[in-house]
Amino acid sequence: METNTISRRNFIRASSLVGTALCLGFYFPVNAKKEILVAGVSDDQAAFEFNAWIRIDTNGKVTLTDHRAEMGQGSYQSVPQIIAEELEVDLKDIHVIFAQGSPTKYGSQITGGSSTIRGAYKNLLRLSATAREMLIIAGAAKWNVSVSECYAESGHVIHRPTGKKLNYGDLVTAASKLPAPKEVKLKKVSEYKLIRKPLQRLDTPMKTNGEAIFGLDKKLPGMLYAAVERNPRLRGKVKSFDGSAALKVPGVKQVFKVQMIVFNTTRDGVVVIADSTWAAMQGRKALRVEWDDSGFEHVNTSDIYKAHEELLKTKEGLSFKKQGEPDPVLAQASKKIDVIYQTPYQSHGAMEPLNCVAHYQSDKIEIWGPIQAPDWVQGDISDKFKMPKEKVVVNMTFLGGGFGRKAFLDYTQEAVAISKQIGGPVQVVWTREDDLTQGPYRAGISYRGQGSIENGEISALKFKMAGQNIDHWNNNKRDKANGSTTEGFLKSYFDNIKNISFADVPYEMPLPNMWWRSVYASTNGFAYESFINEMAVLAGQDQLDFRRKYLKDERCQALIDKMEQVSGWKSRKKNQGFGVAITECFETTVGQIVKVSRHTNGKVKIDQVWAVMDCGWYVNPDIIKAQVEGSVVMGLGAATIHEITFKNGLVEQKNFYDYLMPRMSDMPPVEVHIMENTADAGGVGEPGLPPFAPALTDAIFDLTGKRIRKLPFNLNNV
Amino acid sequence: MITITVNSQRHDIDVDPNMPLLWAIRDILGLTGTKFGCGAAQCGACTVHLNGEAVRSCVTKTGRAAGQNIVTIEGLSSGNNHPLQLAWNEMNVPQCGYCQSGQIMSAVVLLRENPNPTDQDIDDAMSGNICRCGTYQRIRAAIHKAAAMQAEGAKS
Repeated sequence: METNTISRRNFIRASSLVGTALCLGFYFPVNAKKEILVAGVSDDQAAFEFNAWIRIDTNGKVTLTDHRAEMGQGSYQSVPQIIAEELEVDLKDIHVIFAQGSPTKYGSQITGGSSTIRGAYKNLLRLSATAREMLIIAGAAKWNVSVSECYAESGHVIHRPTGKKLNYGDLVTAASKLPAPKEVKLKKVSEYKLIRKPLQRLDTPMKTNGEAIFGLDKKLPGMLYAAVERNPRLRGKVKSFDGSAALKVPGVKQVFKVQMIVFNTTRDGVVVIADSTWAAMQGRKALRVEWDDSGFEHVNTSDIYKAHEELLKTKEGLSFKKQGEPDPVLAQASKKIDVIYQTPYQSHGAMEPLNCVAHYQSDKIEIWGPIQAPDWVQGDISDKFKMPKEKVVVNMTFLGGGFGRKAFLDYTQEAVAISKQIGGPVQVVWTREDDLTQGPYRAGISYRGQGSIENGEISALKFKMAGQNIDHWNNNKRDKANGSTTEGFLKSYFDNIKNISFADVPYEMPLPNMWWRSVYASTNGFAYESFINEMAVLAGQDQLDFRRKYLKDERCQALIDKMEQVSGWKSRKKNQGFGVAITECFETTVGQIVKVSRHTNGKVKIDQVWAVMDCGWYVNPDIIKAQVEGSVVMGLGAATIHEITFKNGLVEQKNFYDYLMPRMSDMPPVEVHIMENTADAGGVGEPGLPPFAPALTDAIFDLTGKRIRKLPFNLNNV
Repeated sequence: MITITVNSQRHDIDVDPNMPLLWAIRDILGLTGTKFGCGAAQCGACTVHLNGEAVRSCVTKTGRAAGQNIVTIEGLSSGNNHPLQLAWNEMNVPQCGYCQSGQIMSAVVLLRENPNPTDQDIDDAMSGNICRCGTYQRIRAAIHKAAAMQAEGAKS
């Protein structure tokens, strides 16, 4: 029935409006009865195939699609907020649904690189304005009046001279038969009614009463639960296992071996299937498994950093960017520094542990879960299970955090493999221990910074990094520098520093690693901006004034002005504990100033964080502020509280009792300011993180004279 | 068979008395607002009220809750209108939202015991609840807001 509905739908492809890579479209239903069935679709009816951002039913119901994951960053609000602006509908009257994975309809759906808004807003504005214009044209035709006498507001087309109005629902049938206008007029920023307003998020109410459905909340009729004991040494094989005790646990149904594909390797596990999560977990505890640990028993954190240091001292590495000749300048300089920074491995530690519901059928595979990249998952499952893409349905639920971990393909593939084996729907539930001990992790990276000052100016700057590289997760050939070697470092520096170079020294270690909120900027930013602060000290200059000389473009200067103004930077006194850093990633620049002081109990306390973000054109200032507040907390944890360490091939952290998290009592006051301009939109979810650690350590240097170059450090012992 | 009362409704459930209340509430009763975060009483995402006290349901055996009153986030108010829920909405507290049921359930007990908490009181009462998105600043503001709303309500 649903398939018939699709075929009868009048699908208008606005392909003339967009690039060939994207197939944005919107369609207007012509059969009211059928459409009412699917509008505001409930979770279980989601098998219906949507292919548009905007759907208006003949009864006037407006359904907008969020094509990206909602993992806290606010796409569920900001995507509709953009569409509603140009479509002229009220946010209180619309329904929001998550798209299923389908790159041919939505373009990229990977929620990463802070790309949801910056990647789509121009198309969304145009698409929405086009739909609005078609409705206006249809209204004018119905009244037999001039289009110029009509306008749209709150889901209606209105005839200005007479005040006559028609609901969009009454016009969709006629509008759907019109050709899409080639040119539409977009609003000026000053005309926005919704965009740039701090509107309440549409998903807030359902997140305060337990209604929001996360991956773990998804239930199917007849669904069983699975818990998997995977090799604790990250890549080993099952030598043998004994499931007889597990099978005696009440509720346990089956025990079998399963393989999870991690990059270009596989990880063995033994899965316990049961009728409740608890029974599956109890069965898992009763398993006896003998592992082949594949040589991983030799992996130790201390060796990793020793190897980094050795590489940074002895190798030049693969050049990423070079201008001028830093080496001879450094060799001759008398005023110079040469230091090493180190950053730890980190787990994403999203509050919702990984999970996935999968239902493998002979002619269709459907999955539900906290998924950051539904389009990738669709392609991956199609490939690995030899099922045509259109028969692989990937449904996103709300995500209880993601931070990059849920943009991976291991947990979804494993769930489908388990469902295939048992021949029915299953929910695979990871524990916190699985989450922390199994990876993939943000790689710990070490940096060497060398720099010289002549006549108060940077005469040479040379950076090298050594660490694992996610560019190379599927092959170990390292003949090209990490593509993100300078991520986090402001582009403007290159305009005004004559001799500067960046290189990546390849380091091989078969630990699974991948992106973590703000990716390389999260580690690069600490090294590069700490080093700029050290250079300012070497030059005997104020850190912000020092940066002003190199970050000469207008937006950077305005950002620095704002930082000075909001923090009272100029009126601070020496050794009062002020520190600064500015980083750039995903087309957004964020400057932070941190103030610390010595508490009466002798411990260093963070008194205040001021953050200034320049993300260009933006949608919702309240969401932006929340993202920066949260980025500071995540940066604080990674800088001062937690790290993943390896001992004899095993991850040492098991749960939140040894991978500690920032808590309420650790929260510093964070004040966020947004630069007002209309440059192209930059990212918002991640760029607030990288400047925090270097600004904090700079503040500690100002207060104590001690320069911290290795993360994490214990704030209580400073 | 174990009898538990959840959100004023009696349920007779056939489960292992050692099953944590969390899984009985989620898998057996289908109330999914209470969340699994750590399984070790470290994060507070699973916080519910047992006879009015905040407990971590991931380590509370269902057998221990037999015959007693349990309130989950779904039973906190009928219209998402407990002062804390109203304040949470007004301050736009949630980001991913996963920990927020537990945060609110902990805050309810704080405000009942201490209608006008200081920042230090909030630190003490709420430090058992982790928010990985880092919404702590807004949680603090929302608790102060709810306290003010309660005081206002008590006056009128």
